[in-house]
This record gives sequence, C-alpha cells and structure tokens, in this order.
Amino acid sequence: MTADASRGAEAPPELIQLLTPEGERVEHPDYDIDLTPEEIRGLYRDLVMVRRVDLEAVALQRQGELGLWASLLGQEAAQIGSGRALTEADMAFPTYREHGVAWCRGVDPVNLLGLFRGVNHGGWDPAEHNFHLYTIVIGSQTLHAVGYAMGIQRDGAEAASIVYFGDGATSQGDVNESFIWASVFNAPVVFFCQNNQWAISEPLEKQTRIPLYRRASGFGFPGVRVDGNDVLACLAVTRKALADARSGQGPVLIEAFTYRMGAHTTSDDPTRYRVAAELEAWKLKDPIERVRAYMFKNQFADQEFFDAVEVEADELGRDVRKRCLELPDPEPSAIFDNVYAERHSLIDAERAEFATYLEGFEA
Amino acid sequence: MSILTMAKALNEGMRKAMEDDPKVLVMGEDVGKLGGVFRVTDGLQKDFGEQRVIDTPLAESGIVGTAIGLALRGYRPVCEIQFDGFVFPAADQIITQLAKMPLRSLGKLRLPVVVRIPCGGGIGAVEHHSESPEAYFTHTAGLRVVACSNPADAYTMIQQAIRCDDPVIFFEPKRRYWEKAEVDVDSSGWPPFDEARVARQGTDLTLLAYGPMVKTCLEAAKAAEEDGRSLEVVDLRSLNPLDIARVTESVRATGRCVVVHEAPIFNGFGAEVAARVTEECFYHLEAPVLRVGGPSTPYPPSRLEDHYLPDLDRVLHAVDRAFAF
Repeated sequence: MTADASRGAEAPPELIQLLTPEGERVEHPDYDIDLTPEEIRGLYRDLVMVRRVDLEAVALQRQGELGLWASLLGQEAAQIGSGRALTEADMAFPTYREHGVAWCRGVDPVNLLGLFRGVNHGGWDPAEHNFHLYTIVIGSQTLHAVGYAMGIQRDGAEAASIVYFGDGATSQGDVNESFIWASVFNAPVVFFCQNNQWAISEPLEKQTRIPLYRRASGFGFPGVRVDGNDVLACLAVTRKALADARSGQGPVLIEAFTYRMGAHTTSDDPTRYRVAAELEAWKLKDPIERVRAYMFKNQFADQEFFDAVEVEADELGRDVRKRCLELPDPEPSAIFDNVYAERHSLIDAERAEFATYLEGFEA
Repeated sequence: MSILTMAKALNEGMRKAMEDDPKVLVMGEDVGKLGGVFRVTDGLQKDFGEQRVIDTPLAESGIVGTAIGLALRGYRPVCEIQFDGFVFPAADQIITQLAKMPLRSLGKLRLPVVVRIPCGGGIGAVEHHSESPEAYFTHTAGLRVVACSNPADAYTMIQQAIRCDDPVIFFEPKRRYWEKAEVDVDSSGWPPFDEARVARQGTDLTLLAYGPMVKTCLEAAKAAEEDGRSLEVVDLRSLNPLDIARVTESVRATGRCVVVHEAPIFNGFGAEVAARVTEECFYHLEAPVLRVGGPSTPYPPSRLEDHYLPDLDRVLHAVDRAFAF
C-alpha cells in the first residue's frame, strides 16, 4: 500500500530561498540578509574547507585508517549557514554528521576523527566550543538541547540552544517529546532538521506524510522550510529563529531541505536503494557551486581568491590526514578512565586486577 | 532528633539540598502542586517556586533527557519517576546517555543527575507499580545505584546522591514510605553513601538485603534469636558499587550467607552478590550462599503478592536450609 504523501498538506510547501542554484540572489520579505563581499567569501571558504575535510575522511576510511565515516557531502550549506548564525553563547547539539557545524564552532577537525578511528568516543571539550559531543543514538540529543535551553531560561542568559537531527529522527519518541517540552516551557531552542531525504535506505515517505516543518504547528510553535543547499537562506532563517528564541519567543523548527549526496556512512551502499538520476538532479543544486557562481557574477572574488582557497583546503586535507595517522592508541588502562567522576571501588579494583594481569606478560 | 517517616525524611533531605545549593532542581510528573503521588516532594514547589520544582509533561524519557541538558548547563536535577514500572521509557536516556556521557567526554562532562524511583511491592497496586528493576541499572556501568531502607538513611543518602557528581539511580522502597524512625537532621558526620551498614550484629549467618527487605530481614533475625540463632543483617545501601569489603568481613565471621531481595532470583542482584561472596569467602563458608527473592515470573496481581514477596518465613526457611548443610 502506498500512502498519498500529500494527504494532510493544506498547501504546497513553501521553500525559503535567497540564492538560486544558478547563483541568482532572490529576495524574501521575511528573511533579508545583507552580507559584505568579505562575509560571502568567508562562507564560501567554510563550505570548501568542510567539504575537503569530509573528502579526506572518506579517503582515510577507504584506506583503513578510520573504522567509519558519516559524510556531510551535500549538506555543507545547511551546516555552515546555521553554524555561522550562532553566537558564542549559543550551544549546539549535533548528531554524528555535523562536521560543518563543528568547523564553525572551532573544533579541530582531527578531534572529530577520534570517534571514527576508535581512539575515543569524543575528543573535544563541549564547554570550550559550546558544541556538544556527537550523539549516535538517533534523536536523543534533542532532549538535551531542550534541557540546556531550560537552563538558559533559569540563568536569564542571552543565549539559545540549537539541535541538529535528520528526517529519520523525526519519527523518534525523544524528538517528539522534545517538541512538547520546548513548547510548554517556551524554551529558547531551535530545532534544525536536515531533511536529506534518506534515513540510510528509507526515503522520506517512510517517516512522514506531511512536510516535516508542518509538524511544528501541531506542537504549537512555528516551522519553516528552507533551501538547505542555500547557505544564505540557512544563515538568515537560523539567525532569525535564534534571535526569536533568545528574546523569549520560544522554539522554532527549521527544516533544511537538502540531499545526502553520499552514502549514509562509509558502510552503506546507496546504489541498492536509490537511482543515480536522483543524485544527478541534486548535483545541479550543489551548495558550493551556487555561491561560486554568485560571487563570480557579482565580482565578490577573483580567480586568485578561489585558487587560494583550493590551496588552503588541500593543505588542510593533508594536515588532517597527517595528524589523524598520528593519533595514538590509548593505553589499555584508559578503559577504566572517566567511567565515574568520583572514586568507585569496583572500577578501582578491576583496574588494579587488569594491570596485574598485563604485568604478567612482561615478566 | 526528629521522628520522621521515610517520605518526610526524603522530603526534608531534598529541601536541605535545595537550600544548600541553588542549582538543585526537582522535576517529574505531579511533583509540584500535588507533591508527588507519594507526597515525597510535598511543599517544595510552594517554597522554591516553579522554576526549581518542575511539573513536567508526562513522558519519562523527556524527564531524564531534559535533566541531562540541565545538568550540562550546571544544574543538579533530581528526577522523580512516578513508579518503578514506568522507568523503562527513560531507559534509553539513562543507559545510552546519562551513564555514558562522562566517559564519552573523556571526563570533561559530569552529570550530577539523581533519578528517584519508588520501588517494590506490598501496597496492593495494579500492574507495573510493584517492580524491582534494580538489576537493569546495576548492570549499566557509569551509574551509581543505591537503595535506602529507613528514614535516617533516606535523609542522608538523598543529599549525598544530590551532591555526587555521578548520576545516581535512587531506589525508595514505597511500602516503607510511611514507617517512622528517628532521624538526626542536624548531624553531618555521615558515612559515605556507597558503604554498607551492619543493621544488626550476629554470629551465625549473614543476611544481606537492601531497600524494603532490610526490615524483613531484621524481623527474621529477631525471630531466629528465639530459636537460638544469631543472624547478622547487613544493609547493602549501595548496589553499584557494592561494598564487598564489609560484606565479606561479615560472611567470613559468620560462615553462612543468605541474600534477600524482592526481584526475581534468576539474574537478580543476588546472583552477583552470591558469586562474589563465594569467590571471596570460599574457605570460610559452611554452606552455599543462598538467595531469597521473587519467582522468575512477572509480578503477580496484588491478591497474590504476599505469596510472591519474600517474607519472614521465606527468609527463615532459607536460613534453615543454610544450617542444614
């Protein structure tokens, strides 16, 4: 049985777009954004850099240096646009694919690799970057973001939290509970859903019969759909949502309509469940190419700039590779570290026993 | 000294913790105006306000998940799960997030979250209101699991749990909520809350219990005394970590050991205790370590719960078996 995906949709979904795939700047009455050429160049550089890091990580996985990688290919604009909308005081809660947001928050890309290389479960200090650890269980972090936002409310702080999740996650109970919590407590949180059309092999229609952003109205807060491949629109829409949240107007759901151009992770094979033509169609909406076209047309940058960014990206790729290979394996005793914050007699005893056992091999 | 019920002792303990630290929050279903279905949080919202005593939507995963977020922002949330059988919607947040986030962060994050769970049977309740789910949580590294058995411990242990920088699953034996005892609310020279306590001294056999079964074991020990048997009762208090040193000290002295809990015996917490006692006290044991607990069945309808729950006779029956070896 195939459900009619449009049932329940009262009107065709509106997509907020400020930059067309062809690089034409378009106006939107509610979401204006005025960026200097330098700021545009900055966004372009961000997009190129994170795509380059991602490419390097995929290569590292293919060469056996990472156990797994979740590529952000195609989602750069959604992540850079929203990530650059954050102030220092805002707190971001990612899934495991938010390498672009991590970049915006100043997390060293090599620290993202530790988890995928298997040397740790998360190698950065969330408080230092206001960027939480990657969460692998789908949707769990939405509740953390809402709780954090409730803390912001109690502190009377000028800040908001933003939480990232995908289209698949919207089916999770935790995500729906987080919508309810955010709504009834009017929490300063922005729900940033990257609808990349695929939850591993399951297309959007396995998760929803209405456009995802319209779910928000049932929970009692605004929802908007933005062109997730348009970095300007993602920046503008997220900025406004964060400003609203900070000023006490409560949560917003942003559905960034985008496309996962790669596999779910390096363990996945999308040729088993989707047609190549779909990818080709989305390639025409590439998040980086449209910015490049826009910059060329408006002479925001010359060839020298683009060449310099390419060189810088390649250097970054080489540097990330080099330092990834240098990541040391942890000591065996690290198994017992940080399980508890305070002394724990069982862990202490097992750590000592294990050390004695290992010493037996050295004799 | 005050004479308090366990419910009131917990209430006073939380009140003290909230007075001592403005970051302490209480959250859960019906914990505000109603004061909780067992009235354990009675009056706290009136005195500390809705920002600190939060009536939450009816969703347990949401309670624990948002508590984690609040803890990440520097708060110390005390969550109430209304009944033992309702903790399972929160199990994912407890097991995959609460227990593991400190390790995931290489120690940079701490989650001082307390999850209070009224536990156990004996109150004539409907299904899902009488369970003893402690073994699910003792099996999860990263959590501390404790159970109070009396008002004095309830008062101190809840405060120690709130002060602890680790997540704590705090079991409260609901059928003991209304039993009164002396509580020294002024003292602060408390033993660590992960230490076991000898509740009654004896020489012939050690009864190990926690939560609701401590009182049952004390009654059994008193009855056994009339038969000329001296039973020591050790209240474990903390299940993870287990105070194995105190347990083995007692068992080595008595030579016999019976572990008692309400939960089903198979794969219950008593299995871990019995294995450890056997390993540590092998040459001191006069009999195998025996376990008393619920049958390996779901909790029965309440008209049958007296047959399901270990009572004085079931404990003494196991004591007889231990002496018969």
